[in-house]
Amino acid sequence: MKKKIYLQNKTVKNYINKRLFTLLAFSILFIVACTSDSENIQNTDVTVLTTFNFTHDWDGALVTNSDFNNFQFTNQNGETISIERLRYLISDITFTNTDGETIELDTHNLVDLTNGNGLNFSPETKISTGNYTNVSFTFGFDNEDNSENYIDLNSASFNVPDMLGGGYHYMQFDGKYLSSTNNEEGNFNYHAIRAADNPGPNPTFPQDTFFTVDLGPINITSDTNIEIKMNIAEWFKNPNQWDLNVLNTVLMPNSAAQIMMFQNGQSVFSLGTVSQ
Amino acid sequence: MMRSKLVFLNLILLVSFSCSNEGVGYEPVPAALEIPLIFSDNIIPPVIPNDNPQTVEGIALGKRLFFDPLLSGNETISCATCHSPQNGFSDNTPTSDGAQGVFGTRNSMPLFNLAWNYDERFAWDGKELSLERQALEPVQNPIEMHSNWDDVVTKLNQHPDYPELFLRAFNSDNITKELAVKAIAQFERTLISANSKFDRFLLGQEALTPEEENGLNVFMDEARGDCFHCHGSPNNPLWTDNIFHNNGLDNEITDLGLGAVTGDPSDNGKFKSPSLRNLAYTAPYMHDGRFSTLDEVINHYSEGLKSSPTIDPLMKSLDQGGVQLTPQDKADLKAFLLSLSDPSFINNPEFQN
Ligand code: HEC
Ligand code: HEC
Repeated sequence: MKKKIYLQNKTVKNYINKRLFTLLAFSILFIVACTSDSENIQNTDVTVLTTFNFTHDWDGALVTNSDFNNFQFTNQNGETISIERLRYLISDITFTNTDGETIELDTHNLVDLTNGNGLNFSPETKISTGNYTNVSFTFGFDNEDNSENYIDLNSASFNVPDMLGGGYHYMQFDGKYLSSTNNEEGNFNYHAIRAADNPGPNPTFPQDTFFTVDLGPINITSDTNIEIKMNIAEWFKNPNQWDLNVLNTVLMPNSAAQIMMFQNGQSVFSLGTVSQ
Repeated sequence: MMRSKLVFLNLILLVSFSCSNEGVGYEPVPAALEIPLIFSDNIIPPVIPNDNPQTVEGIALGKRLFFDPLLSGNETISCATCHSPQNGFSDNTPTSDGAQGVFGTRNSMPLFNLAWNYDERFAWDGKELSLERQALEPVQNPIEMHSNWDDVVTKLNQHPDYPELFLRAFNSDNITKELAVKAIAQFERTLISANSKFDRFLLGQEALTPEEENGLNVFMDEARGDCFHCHGSPNNPLWTDNIFHNNGLDNEITDLGLGAVTGDPSDNGKFKSPSLRNLAYTAPYMHDGRFSTLDEVINHYSEGLKSSPTIDPLMKSLDQGGVQLTPQDKADLKAFLLSLSDPSFINNPEFQN
């Protein structure tokens, strides 16, 4: 009886010793593996946070929501306008590296100058340091992203009616204008969406109206702030000199107006200060 | 029965205090909000403050307080007098009759889906910054319940039931106004309405009539109703943006609304877009209850808009008073609006006194 117990104890001890040894061996292995691994990361793959800061101007003069509700901007066509609401969607921020590889962040951000939400946006995904030949984003949503359901955008009432293809506004820009001819006041709802014809159960889409904004090359060495500037005046400028007396409200079902917004939008955004 | 329960509860508390290190003790039972599918599928989760979690006992206490005239100075009216279940937790007069028979200047607001008011700005003008803080107000408002919290707390302390109910709800034998409004807010957060005909249509359980269907199209059509920019849509089933707008009721603004709260003249005449759920029960309409029928409301948007400096730019064709809906579109729009009413909400036994 006693012997048996002793034996048992011995086996247990042996067992533990063996286990301890393997454990130790493995641990050392891990430590070695891990250190070399983290050295690797330090050498070639440091990832940093990027923050996109959205700023707005009218031909160079800074615009914030404290400039809203005032007839203080004159557009190319000569109308004085008051901005009352301005919010827009950007998505799919993309970094292109020197090898031509792209890192696309499948994400979106609603910039709302009206209440100051979304003006500073840091995507969750960190970016490797290095030289990028281009950083770009999509104004609005590409058609695939636009067909998905986003609870944040639904909650913000940013939807487009199903009869126009559903999905989301790319931009909601509302305000008032004084006619340059008779100084009469009118409203405008400059709402950019995916252009659609034949509103109803089966709308058709004449052409895409989301677009890619290329910010150009950026060298990322550490956590980086990237300023994205919107010159609001450009929405009214070129190639189409926008006449608010003609194109003011009910522009969502007006595919020709949507295509003009798409064209004017190309020169609206630019890269501002990059700081790190 | 009640007495013995109280003693039992006290005993538990005593035990839990004396050996608090052990962590045994009475805790109110958590009662997570039941979030309707139509909400969880489409909109962000409700706002529940960390310092006021929903509990079975908290909700029960809140309900009792909500219906109790003890909260008013002369014990004649309760919250439910102006927020009656049968009226979608609103009342049926343009403005509301307080404890002293004095009418206020604003229409009582319906109460439902309040936890989904993400910015937590309550009242027509956004002056109340949370449900808890809002509930402090009517009790001491001279033209509402015309009481004060010291008196109410004294009465609650002397009451045969309330001390035990507070103990159960908050593990505290110290009744305070802060705990009272926490309980009321918990009850208010349970007032969820998401079972209208239109909700069942969205869930594929019921069909719309051709009239309701056309009414939805009027609502969603920028050239006709264009209601969806402010009042939600099938994708935002709250049927409100919870934001403040001037929807063209007056040329001369007398009630400044949000403007009086922010001090910014460009907010003058702005009021919160109400949800369009349960309109069948919540007449009269608008912040001052000026319209007694939905037809009047629809006529307002169609041809009665009045211009003023802060009118929302979404209000179109102002020179003609609106977009001039056809009689058919008006009737269909009304039919659609009524499909957003939820009889199971006003008849829910959980919400009755
Ligand atoms: C005399 C009538 C009256 C009584 C009593 C009353 N209310 Fe109200 N309630 C109103 C009115 C009127 C408003 C709108 C106030 C405003 O906008 O200035 C309102 C607004 C509210 C709101 C804001 C809802 C929203 O969506 O913003 C809540 C919540 C509320 N009441 C809860 C209560 C509670 C809780 C009580 C009891 C403690 C209570 N009320 C008692 C008339 C009343
Ligand atoms: C610019 C935003 C906006 C638009 C667009 C809009 N509304 Fe409103 N609506 C409001 C606001 C704000 C109120 C409350 C105004 C007040 O009481 O001063 C309101 C009030 C109402 C009410 C009264 C509800 C109640 O409980 O008192 C109804 C009904 C209503 N709107 C229906 C509609 C319909 C139908 C349309 C489209 C034809 C529409 N609204 C378009 C902002 C809007």
